[in-house]
Amino acid sequence: MLSRVADSLYWMSRYFERADHCARVLDANYSLMLNPFKSSRELRWQRIVASLGVSAEIDGTDPQTGAMRLIGEARLLSSIVGCVTSARENASQVREQISSEMWERLNQLYHEMIQPQQHNGDSDPLRLINVFREGTYRFQGVTDSTMNHGEGWHFIQVGKYIERACGLSALLDAQFAALAGTDDLDWVALLTSCSAFEAYCKVYTADLKPSAVAEFLLLNPDFPYTVRYAVEQMHGALRVLAGISSARKTSTIERLIGKLQSWLAYTQIDEIMMRDLHPFLAGIIEQCHRLHAAMHEVYIEYPIESVFEA
Amino acid sequence: MATTSQPAERAAPDPFSLYEVQSAYDEMFRGPGRPRSHYRALYSRLLSLRPDELRRSKQEADLSFFNQGITFAVYGRSEGTERIFPHDLLPRIISSAEWGTIERGLTQRITALNLFLKDVYHERRILHDGIIPGEIIYTCRHFRRQMRGVKIPRDVYVSVCGTDLIRLPDGKFVVLEDNLRVPSGVSYMLTSRKVMKQIFPLLFRKCGVRPIEHYSQALLSALRSLAPEGRSSPTIVLLTPGVYNSAYFEHTYLARQMGIELVEGRDLVVHDNYVYMRTTYGLQRIDVIYRRVDDDFLDPLAFRPDSGLGAAGLFNAYRAGNVVLANALGNGVADDKAIYAYVPAIIRYYLGEDPILDNVETLLMIDDVQRRHVCDNLDKFVLKAVGESGGYGMLIGPHSTSEQRARFRERILADPRNYIAQPTLTLSTAPCFIDDEHIEPRHVDLRPYVLYGDKVTIVPGGLTRVALRKGSLVVNSSQGGGSKDTWVLQS
Repeated sequence: MLSRVADSLYWMSRYFERADHCARVLDANYSLMLNPFKSSRELRWQRIVASLGVSAEIDGTDPQTGAMRLIGEARLLSSIVGCVTSARENASQVREQISSEMWERLNQLYHEMIQPQQHNGDSDPLRLINVFREGTYRFQGVTDSTMNHGEGWHFIQVGKYIERACGLSALLDAQFAALAGTDDLDWVALLTSCSAFEAYCKVYTADLKPSAVAEFLLLNPDFPYTVRYAVEQMHGALRVLAGISSARKTSTIERLIGKLQSWLAYTQIDEIMMRDLHPFLAGIIEQCHRLHAAMHEVYIEYPIESVFEA
Repeated sequence: MATTSQPAERAAPDPFSLYEVQSAYDEMFRGPGRPRSHYRALYSRLLSLRPDELRRSKQEADLSFFNQGITFAVYGRSEGTERIFPHDLLPRIISSAEWGTIERGLTQRITALNLFLKDVYHERRILHDGIIPGEIIYTCRHFRRQMRGVKIPRDVYVSVCGTDLIRLPDGKFVVLEDNLRVPSGVSYMLTSRKVMKQIFPLLFRKCGVRPIEHYSQALLSALRSLAPEGRSSPTIVLLTPGVYNSAYFEHTYLARQMGIELVEGRDLVVHDNYVYMRTTYGLQRIDVIYRRVDDDFLDPLAFRPDSGLGAAGLFNAYRAGNVVLANALGNGVADDKAIYAYVPAIIRYYLGEDPILDNVETLLMIDDVQRRHVCDNLDKFVLKAVGESGGYGMLIGPHSTSEQRARFRERILADPRNYIAQPTLTLSTAPCFIDDEHIEPRHVDLRPYVLYGDKVTIVPGGLTRVALRKGSLVVNSSQGGGSKDTWVLQS
């Protein structure tokens, strides 16, 4: 597969996941922010903004305006619309590589999202988020059922799960950084941001303990919206890719993903909590960045000299 | 479906009630209500349809085009930059005998033009023998000095050619222009056939329409035949300028149909005069490039230095014979509109035959006598800039104002080499379904696609372009033109 094509598929998928993550977080927190206590509302909003890494762009706006911008402002690259636009741009570069159903769904979603927004009042953000989330499920459904599960699809998987691992880690980090002011509702919101509330309850009952929430979202191997699950998926996809491109030297990638995978597989939550969550989460994000750079170097922008020396 | 219990169907209103056969040759009618024999099946089918059935067919066709994403990009708009290619529901039909002439004429023409290109870039016999003045060759903007003495595989310069034919009032097909560089539009020919088969399946069988679906295979085998010696399973790619090019749909379509990689300049790496593409499993050597990028942009080291669409070093790899470009570089010297005037002489010179398809009478502004005559009678001619295409840089004399003519006269006098004049031509007309209401005549041309590898292949058909605006003679899609499916009948 052409390196450029692999890169476009990877980024299409990453941007899509980024938009999805943003939508989940806003969806879960927006209704909470309607509660009357102004102080907790401001705190909560700051936490969301921090976890999405958009403090610079959004700082100083009130939650209502900020949420609208994060959903619908096309000029804001981290907004949902901004990410969908970037995903679509990447997809349009490789239209002959993805299935026509995928393109149609993505295109349809894009057009629904950029329609001039009528300000009907407070329900607007939620309505748009719902439009987006419906579109996401459709897009991911057709991706899995209409695209050849070959090399390109595995690049899509890697993009999706590397983004998910980073997004989840940042979300957990922001939540645990402001542990003092949190109440049960915050933990519900955190779990709901990961569509994980019901799944959590099945394992731990509705007893909301911070360490149990952290254990579930970090280390649970079975639920799709956990760091461990995302890393396992990346591990699998990267192994397939290494097999397809056997001529490339993939040892760095294998070392990085192997290390990350074993951290999550063999570390217990007590050890992590004892040493503080933050360094562990920061370590995961750092490792993902290294992995991204290594993949780029091996598959996409490898120096020409390295090929001719071999 | 009408049931028998309903009153007998009223005679459908004649969809041809507004059809006027004028001075132009009409493809369908020899006179009012008298269709030509190869159009009879279509005629009786149309008479038997109710207007709403035609309308429904039209909607069905539109939807099919839309769903297949058969679109072209419109420059200069940031959002929704894709539009459906306008098309007309009714096929244009060509009889087997007419096609025979076209096929022989085009084969003769592409053979002669290939010999001409080889000669111009090697021995230049045609110049020494005084058939064409050297000046007109060397002043051609598309003449590539760099191609002098470069050996081309099989001496095939023109692998893909799209020749524009028009039919004059006397019924004869003549050549309006040759497109020997990067002709486009073939995807519309192929996709519109697919749609028409869904809409008129029975009519297809009844008429005996010759198939065109093997175009992609024929193109692939023409490209494969050009591969460098000793490359038993050559890697062939299609080079596109990218997603913002107006023909990007066609590029993706052809790449998918041929099963070859669609590459952009940034995917290519040239090393030691070999061309590679960058893949996830390393660099892969490329043997043949079906390039849809203009000469100027192919290699920033050899041509325009500001181009990011090609690959640095590509031209040297090409000259070394390690990669093949189709079409070859420098073909523009043979489809220049001034050199076009010499094509009949070129055919006689290389093949010793008379041209089977005539040219349109063309006056060269570089010639003092002809220029004086044209400048005194600008309102009677169509003036064209030699290097332009797509209907740009033209003056249509009879439809111009005196100011436009004065301005054009100055441009001619300033740069006579750049202009030619042709008499105002009346293109033939064919029936079109207009405004979802009536069938009316509109002017059409015909662009068949000629492939040249180890042999000449012309799939029986082509792109019929139609000027959908009433009375208009401009068929270019950039100027309000559309397309029609073209049916060539079996004998």
